[in-house]
Amino acid sequence: MSDIKKEIEKRILVLDGAMGTMLQQYNFTEEDFRGGRFKEYPSPLKGNNDLLSITQPQAIADVHRKYFEAGADIVETNTFSGTSIAMADYNMEHLVYELNYESAKIAKKIAEEFTIKNPNKPRFVAGSIGPTNRTASLSPDVNRPEYRAITFEELRVAYKEQVEALIDGGVDVLLVETIFDTLNAKAALFAIEEVKEERQIDIPIMVSGTITDASGRTLSGQTVEAFLASISHVPLLSVGFNCALGAEQLKPYLQRLSNTTDFHTSAHPNAGLPNAFGEYDQTPEQMQQLIEDYLQDGLINIIGGCCGTSPAHIKAIEEVARNYKPREITLNV
Amino acid sequence: MSEIKLKYLTLSGLEPLVVTPESNFINVGERTNVTGSRKFLRLIKEEKYNEALDVARHQVEGGAQILDVNMDEGMLDGVDAMTTFLNLIASEPDIARIPIMIDSSKWEIIEAGLQVVQGKCVVNSISLKEGEAEFIRQAKLVKRYGAAVIVMAFDEEGQADTYERRIEICERSYNILVNVVKFPPQDIIFDPNIFPVATGMEEHRKNALDFFYATRWIRENLPYANVSGGVSNVSFSFRGNNTVREAMHSSFLFHAIKNGMNLGIVNPTMLEVYDEIDKELLECVEDVLFDRRDDATERLLDFAETVKGQKKETTEQILEWRNDALQDRITHALVKGIDAFIIEDVEEARLVSEKPIEVIEGHLMIGMNVVGDLFGSGKMFLPQVVKSARVMKKAVAYLQPFIEAEKDGKQEFSGKILMATVKGDVHDIGKNIVSVVLGCNNYEIVDLGVMVPPEKIIETAIKEKVDIIGLSGLITPSLDEMAYVSKEMEKKNLNIPLIIGGATTSRAHTSVKIAPNYSDTVVHINDASRAVTVVGNLLQKDNNIYKEQIREEYDKFREQFLKRGRKKEFLSIEEAQKNKFKIDWNSTEIVEPKQLGIQILEDFNITLLEDYIDWSPFFRSWDLHGKYPQILKDEVVGNQALELFKDAQELLKRIFDEKLLKAKAVFGLFPANTINDDDVELYNKFGNIESTFLTLRQQSRKAEGKPNIALADFIAPKESGKQDYIGAFCVSTGFGTEKLAKEFEENHDDYNAIMIKALADRLAEAFAEYLHKEVRTKYWSYASNENLSNEELIKEHYKGIRPAPGYPACPDHLEKQTIWKLLNVKENIGVELTDSLAMWPAASVSGYYFGNPEVRYFGLGKITEDQVKNYARRRGISTEEAKKWLNPNIAD
Repeated sequence: MSDIKKEIEKRILVLDGAMGTMLQQYNFTEEDFRGGRFKEYPSPLKGNNDLLSITQPQAIADVHRKYFEAGADIVETNTFSGTSIAMADYNMEHLVYELNYESAKIAKKIAEEFTIKNPNKPRFVAGSIGPTNRTASLSPDVNRPEYRAITFEELRVAYKEQVEALIDGGVDVLLVETIFDTLNAKAALFAIEEVKEERQIDIPIMVSGTITDASGRTLSGQTVEAFLASISHVPLLSVGFNCALGAEQLKPYLQRLSNTTDFHTSAHPNAGLPNAFGEYDQTPEQMQQLIEDYLQDGLINIIGGCCGTSPAHIKAIEEVARNYKPREITLNV
Repeated sequence: MSEIKLKYLTLSGLEPLVVTPESNFINVGERTNVTGSRKFLRLIKEEKYNEALDVARHQVEGGAQILDVNMDEGMLDGVDAMTTFLNLIASEPDIARIPIMIDSSKWEIIEAGLQVVQGKCVVNSISLKEGEAEFIRQAKLVKRYGAAVIVMAFDEEGQADTYERRIEICERSYNILVNVVKFPPQDIIFDPNIFPVATGMEEHRKNALDFFYATRWIRENLPYANVSGGVSNVSFSFRGNNTVREAMHSSFLFHAIKNGMNLGIVNPTMLEVYDEIDKELLECVEDVLFDRRDDATERLLDFAETVKGQKKETTEQILEWRNDALQDRITHALVKGIDAFIIEDVEEARLVSEKPIEVIEGHLMIGMNVVGDLFGSGKMFLPQVVKSARVMKKAVAYLQPFIEAEKDGKQEFSGKILMATVKGDVHDIGKNIVSVVLGCNNYEIVDLGVMVPPEKIIETAIKEKVDIIGLSGLITPSLDEMAYVSKEMEKKNLNIPLIIGGATTSRAHTSVKIAPNYSDTVVHINDASRAVTVVGNLLQKDNNIYKEQIREEYDKFREQFLKRGRKKEFLSIEEAQKNKFKIDWNSTEIVEPKQLGIQILEDFNITLLEDYIDWSPFFRSWDLHGKYPQILKDEVVGNQALELFKDAQELLKRIFDEKLLKAKAVFGLFPANTINDDDVELYNKFGNIESTFLTLRQQSRKAEGKPNIALADFIAPKESGKQDYIGAFCVSTGFGTEKLAKEFEENHDDYNAIMIKALADRLAEAFAEYLHKEVRTKYWSYASNENLSNEELIKEHYKGIRPAPGYPACPDHLEKQTIWKLLNVKENIGVELTDSLAMWPAASVSGYYFGNPEVRYFGLGKITEDQVKNYARRRGISTEEAKKWLNPNIAD
C-alpha cells in the first residue's frame, strides 16, 4: 500500500492553495516567461503559467515550499494546463512531456526535503490534471448542438501524454480536477487506467469536480449524485469538489457527496466568491471558520484551497484540521 | 469500506438512477430504435433530428427511466448516426436527464456511443457469441468507459433456448466478468432471452416458464446481477390481435417481475392492466405461459378468435355517418376518401348556399382543412390524402357548371404553382403527388407535364403569373438541367421562388449547385407533406424573414458541405487499374450461353410477372416506408398500406384482365473480352467487334486488400486467352400507361392516375427480374439448376448481376446509347431515349448481364479528372462533354 493510502486513514490531509494567485505576485513580464530558452519563440508566452516550471523553476519551487511550510501534506504540480490541447494556445504542444516531467520533479524534490526533515509528516505530490479548454459533451456553437470542438479520443491521447510525464516525474497521486464536463474527466480516467495497465502500476487517483453555481450542477448539467455515478467505475483515493464556489456555498454539495460515496472525500474551495473587481477577499480566519464547520460535521478527508487562497489560508486550515478526525465512511442507506 | 450502496446498479444521465429492490421495475424507452420504429428510422434517415428528439422527449415524458438508442440499419452510417443523435440529446436537458442505453450489435457503434455520453450508460449488449477473448476485450472496455452492460444468454453454440442453457451461459458469463474482468457484479444485467409461446411448436411450450425459472435462478445464484428482457417477443404469434397480446404482456411481466426481472423493454401502450384482463382470457394466457395444459395453445387460439372479431365494424356501423349533419358528412367523405355520396351531399349544400362557390369555399374547404391538419400532424398518410383529393375534385367538377352559370364567382386560390419535370426526364410520379397534395390545400396547379424545356417553364411562369415554380426529376442528368433552368431564370430576372424535388435531388445538390445561381429563394423538398409547409411559408404576406432564413440556411449548409472534413483520397486511374478486382481466369467458371445473339419478346404475357413484383418500393413511392409484407401489419402505417395494397391489386387485376399494358423485351448474349483494363469488346458470330462497353473504375483509396472495381474486371481480359460472355437487355411494361393515366385524370381520379404509373414501374422491374432468371437458367444457362423462391429473387440471392446504366455501378447514361445500337432497341420494341437519356415509356429497365461467379454489385463513388479525360478519349467526345455526363460522380 502506498504511503498516502496509509496516511489518509490516520488524519485529515491538507492540500495546498492556489498556484496562480501566488505567481501573480511575481509580476512576471513577457521576458520572464520566455527566459533564455524561448527568447525567440514566435508566439506571445505571457500567461502560460505552466511554462514557468521551465523558465522560472525557482519561483515554482518557492511556492511549493511556502505551502509545505504552511503545513500542507500535498502540493499540486504546476501542470493545470499541461495538455497538448491547452498548450495549443501557445503553440507549445511539443513541450507537454517536458513541462509535466519538470513540474513533477520540482515538486517532488521539495516534498522529499520536507519529509526528510519530519518523517512523521510525509509530504506528497499530486499531479494536477486540468479540464483543458474544450468540452466533449457541450457544443461551443449554439446553432450546431451536435457539434463538438473535441472528441473523447483526442482527449484520451492528450491526457495520456500528460499522465505518463507526471508519473515519470515522480508524482505520488494523480488529481483530475476542476471538472466541469464529466466526459472530459472520463477520458482522463480512461487514459490513466490504460497507463496503469500498460505499466502494471497502481497509482492513487483523486477526482475533483466543479459545481458551477447555485443550481448545484456541473457545467455539463449533472447533479452531485449523477456526477458521482459517472466516475465511480475507477477505484479512487478520493472524490470531491473544487473551485467556482466558496467554502460556504460548497457545503450542501459536500454533504450530499459524503452521504453517497464510499470513496474518501476532498474539497478545495475558493477563498469565497470574487468581489466586484474579480478579487477574492475572504481572509484566512474567515475561511478557517467555514472549514471548521465541515470538520465538525465529519465531511472531509482531504482539505485545501483553490483560487484566492494563499499559504496563510492553508496555515489557518491546517491549524483546525489537525484537531479533527477524518471523515469515516458510513453511508446513509 | 461499506459495500451496501455500491451493490445496486447505479446509472446516470444528468440525474442518477439507482436500481434498488424498492424500484420494482425499470422501464426502458424503446422508440428511439431504428429497428423497432419505422417512424424513427425515417426521421434519422432524413436527418430530421428535431423530430427524432421529440420521439426521445416523448419517451421521457411518458415515464421511460432509461432511453434505448439503436442505429443498426444497413443504409445508415451507424457510428455517425449514433454520435450525432447522442450529441444532440446531450444538448436537451429534459431528455439527457435519464441514462442512455447504447444498443447495437456492432461494437464500433457501441464504442462511438460510449465516447459521447457523460453519464453512466448501459451497453446493450455483449455476449460469448464470438468467444471468450472477444467477450473479455469488450467487457474490459465497457468497464473502462464506465458503463453497465447487458449480457445476452448467447455463446459460441448459439442462443440459449432452454432453462439449462440459460443458466449455464449466464453463470459462465458472470464468472468471467466478475473474476477475470473484475466487472462490478451490480453493473451486470442478464438478458436470458424472451421467446414466443403458443407458436404451435412443441419446443416452444416452455419458453416463458424457462425464462421465469432462469430469472429466478440468476437472482438467487449470481449475487447483485440484474435481469432484463424485451417483453413483446412473448406474444409474437398473436400479432394483429392486440387484445390477446396486451393480456399476454401484462401477465408475463407480472410473473417475470415476481421472479426477479428488474428492468426491461415494454411498450406501455401495449399493456393491459393485469387486474383488468378478462378472467377467462387470463386463464388461457397463463395456461400457455406456465405450460399448464397440453391443449393450452389451442384454447388460447380459440379464445383469440372470439376477441378478434370484436373490433370489426359492421356495414351498418360504417354507414352510420350518413345520418350526421351535412358538414360532418362532407368532412367525413373527404377525410375517408369516400366518393360514393359526395355529389348528393354537395348538391344538398348547394341548395342551402346562396352561391355555388360558397360550397367550395365553405363546406369543402372546411373538410380539406381537416385533411390538411391530419396530414400535417402525421395522422393521415399520402395515399389517403390523394384519395381525399379525388373526392374534392369530383365535388368541384360537379359544381363548376353552376358556378359558371352564375358568372360572378370564381374560386379563390391561395396561390398559383407551376410544376414541371425538366427536359430530358420523363418521371412524374413524385411531381404528381406533390401537385395533388398542393391542390388539396387550395393552390392552383399549372402542370406542364414531363420533358419540359426551360423556355416553356419561364414563358408559362410569366404568362400565368405563377407564385412558385416547382421542378422535378429522377435521373441524374436532370440535376444539371435544374441548375441550367435556375440560371436561365436569373437571366430573365424572374423573382419567383423555386422549389426542387425528385429522387436524386438533395439538399446538398440544391444548396451547392442551384441556389447560388438564382437571386430568389430556392428550396429543396424531399416529401409531399413538407411541400405544403414550404409553399405556405413562401406565400405568406411577410415572407422576407422566411426567405432570408432559407437563404442563410442554404449558404451555411453549402459552406459546411464544401468544407466537410471527410476528404477522400484518390488513386490515379493507372494505380486504380493496378488494384483491380482480380479473378483467376484459369480456374474461374465460364459458361458459354446456350443461345447467343439477340432475341425479342414482342407480346409477353404480362400476368406472369405478378409473382415477381417487389412491393416495397411501391409503398415507398407513396411515402409509406417499410418492407413488404411486414408493412401491412405495421403499427403506424399498416392500415394505410393494406388499403393501398388492396387498391393496387384491384387495378392490377384490371390491367391483367383487360390487357391494359403491354410488356416487351429485347435482349442479347455475346462473346466478349475486356481490353485495356476498362473496356469490354463484344464480338459477332464471325468474331468481329460488334460493340464496346466503356466501364468506369472506382478511384477512392481503399483499405488494404480491397480492390478498385470496374465492371470490366468481371469479364476475362483478351490476353487471358479465354472467351468470356456478356449480355444486354431492355424491358418495358410502359406501353399504354400514358393513355390510362390521362383517362383517370379526365375523370378527376389522380389517385389511380398515379397508381397506374407506380404499378407500371413495378411491373417493369418485375419483368427485368423475370427475364434475368430466364437468362440465367435457360438462354445463358449458367445456373440451370437454380431454384430460388420469389422472395430470394427479390433479395437477389442469385449468381450474376444485371447492373443498369445510370445506377451506382455504372452511372454513365451514355452507355444506354451503346445498348440501343447493339440491340436495336427502338426498332425492335419501341423504347426510346430522351435528350437526357431517360427511357420512354418511363416504365422501362435496361442493363447488362454479367455471369461470373465472383461478380457483385458495387458503387462507383467519385472519380477524378484523369479518369474523366481518359474516358472522354475512349468515348471519342470532348472532356467538357464527358464532364457534363459524369458530373455527379466527379470529385470536387
